[in-house]
Amino acid sequence: MLRKYWQNADFSKRDGTNMTNMNQSTDHYFRSLNRNIILIIIIVSVIPLILVSSTIYYQFRVSYHEKVYDHLRELVHSHTQNIDFFLQEKLSDIRFLTDSCGRDLLEDELFLQERLAALQKDFGPDFVDLGVINADGEQIAYAGPFKLAKADYADAEWFRRAIQSEYYISDVFLGLRGLPHFIIAVRNSREDGYWILRSTIDFATFTTLVENIRLGQTGFAVILNNQGQLQTTQITRPSIDIIASKTIYTEFLANPSVPPSEVRITVKSDSSQHENIYVAAFLKNGDWLLVYQQRLVDAFADLNRAFIRTTALMVFGVLGIIIMAVTLSKTIVRRVAKADSEKQMMRKKVVEAGKLASVGELAAGIAHEINNPVAIMVEEAGWMGDLMEEVTFDESENQAEFERAIEQIQTQGKRCKEITYKLLSFARKTDTTVQDVNINELLEELVALSSQRAKYSMVEIRTDFQENLPSLRVSTSELQQVFFNLINNAIDAMDHDGGTLTISSHQSENNLVIAVSDTGKGIPEANLDRIFDPFFTTKPVGKGTGLGLSICYGIIEKMGGKLEVESTVGTGTTFLTSIPFQGDAGRQH
Amino acid sequence: MITPLVMLVDDEAPFVETMTKRLKKRNLNVMTAFSGKEALATLDKHRDVDVVILDVKMPGMDGIETLKKMKAACPLTEVVMLTAHATVESAIEGMKFGAFDYLMKPCGMEQLMGKVNEATRKKRDHEEKIREAHVKEILAKRGF
Repeated sequence: MLRKYWQNADFSKRDGTNMTNMNQSTDHYFRSLNRNIILIIIIVSVIPLILVSSTIYYQFRVSYHEKVYDHLRELVHSHTQNIDFFLQEKLSDIRFLTDSCGRDLLEDELFLQERLAALQKDFGPDFVDLGVINADGEQIAYAGPFKLAKADYADAEWFRRAIQSEYYISDVFLGLRGLPHFIIAVRNSREDGYWILRSTIDFATFTTLVENIRLGQTGFAVILNNQGQLQTTQITRPSIDIIASKTIYTEFLANPSVPPSEVRITVKSDSSQHENIYVAAFLKNGDWLLVYQQRLVDAFADLNRAFIRTTALMVFGVLGIIIMAVTLSKTIVRRVAKADSEKQMMRKKVVEAGKLASVGELAAGIAHEINNPVAIMVEEAGWMGDLMEEVTFDESENQAEFERAIEQIQTQGKRCKEITYKLLSFARKTDTTVQDVNINELLEELVALSSQRAKYSMVEIRTDFQENLPSLRVSTSELQQVFFNLINNAIDAMDHDGGTLTISSHQSENNLVIAVSDTGKGIPEANLDRIFDPFFTTKPVGKGTGLGLSICYGIIEKMGGKLEVESTVGTGTTFLTSIPFQGDAGRQH
Repeated sequence: MITPLVMLVDDEAPFVETMTKRLKKRNLNVMTAFSGKEALATLDKHRDVDVVILDVKMPGMDGIETLKKMKAACPLTEVVMLTAHATVESAIEGMKFGAFDYLMKPCGMEQLMGKVNEATRKKRDHEEKIREAHVKEILAKRGF
């Protein structure tokens, strides 16, 4: 991808219109990089999070369900046992009474009242009343709060059932008293036939046994007889409608379980479209059905709360991951982009350096090739001069001209030599080998090289060098590059208008300070911060690369020095270079 | 002083020719060679050459190589390096290998004559000292 990007960059150099294409492709690349990083981070973090969380939640849910069901099963089972035990206990009491006292004693109402009082004393208000009924259904003795003496039960359903078996526990019915109750009847026999001792069980006490079963907001239990009639008071809990569950009760009743004590659990929607858990078990030898029911949402309210909490946590977690992914990706992309642009800049610098090097090589080649012909020309002129000494011209005027011309050839030949040597000494040292550099000599050399340009730009070059400066241990060619750039920039700044270029060198503690000042138009403050930025240039298109000062800055930084600029618009600019002497050269001096 | 015998070595024929004429005009005995190889061959025949003016950059055997061989064959012959090059370094390197001095092209005739005379004087002094040493040795042997 990067290579592709560089290829694009190559084209863009040649064609200005491609620059926008390059920017677009770079933008596109970084956008897709950003997107990919975000996606990868999110996928890698969120998917395991979701997998782990949902697996844990699923396992938890299964075991929680089992726990709830087990608990309800146990609850219903123990309550059916309780109720059966309660009924058995009451039956045993009545049987004991019949067996121990006999009909003769019990027919005495006073004795009967005494027995009732004793029972009530022992068992609380469970027993409401006692009655002795003969085989014709006539109540011959009664003890209790109602006026039921001499009552005739011959047609009562319970009586018909009771007279046929040794004992009988009835369903709940209204009876003669007009109140819901149920009775326990024990049959006994005397010579004149069967007789029955009957006791009414307090309905409220009995109901309490079932009403105790209450769980959560909606859990309650009811007892039904095998006709589906309620044997307990209808429990009034908000938003509970027993009628809605009627069909479900019927289903339980229609399928009697084997063995009768088996506890059955189903989850079904009632007719009001609420999902309920039904836990049912038969009691009283399959006559009655205890049904516990609870709304599903209520039964698993804890689980639902846990689910909501976990989900909320996970959503926050995922949000966190997304925010982190976006931030991280932005940071990474920003860094990559920065590194990329630095790389691009480096590449341009390398290209620039390469150009300088090839220009240098070219100059060296030309200089060298020119020196030989120049040497021959100078020698020929010298030979002519030698010969002139022997020849005497008739017209002395011409002889003088010849001599002048020969001398001029020799002078100009020497000038050629000087130019080529300067060119060579500048171009030759493009290497970065560190060596002892005499800064003043180097500056003089550069001044000489620039003097012609300065003359054309009407710039006067002044130098102010501190003598006997210690030498610097740096790369000559790099230092040449720096000051050549600074001097050229200064001359550019004063182009057309002319001015004075002052180059000074002095030692300040362990540093060598070189100031290059011009009296040009100065640099506006807005540009001052940016002049060392690569590609920043105020020169017209094609005149400057904007690299010169940034390269200078880089070179001086590398030498451990500083390159600073001071400028006042309209007055001029000074570039201050400060380079430390290596080792103790500075101190020795 | 006896007229110095100079050998001029350079691959640039016009330069050699003109320079020869100018040196001869200044009463020097001049021999020429246009390559390192030729120069070595000539020196082999004329071991009394006082000064060799040797161009540094020549095709084939270059100046430095030629110098080394010359110094090996005739240690007393002095060599002045002549360079049209930026390669002052190579001229200096030549001095390490025993060259008398170096000059940069194009050079003034006075400058060149000066170097040639200095080199000749040095060579003659050298020869004189050797001769004196020989004489002393002979005298010592004979018991004087």
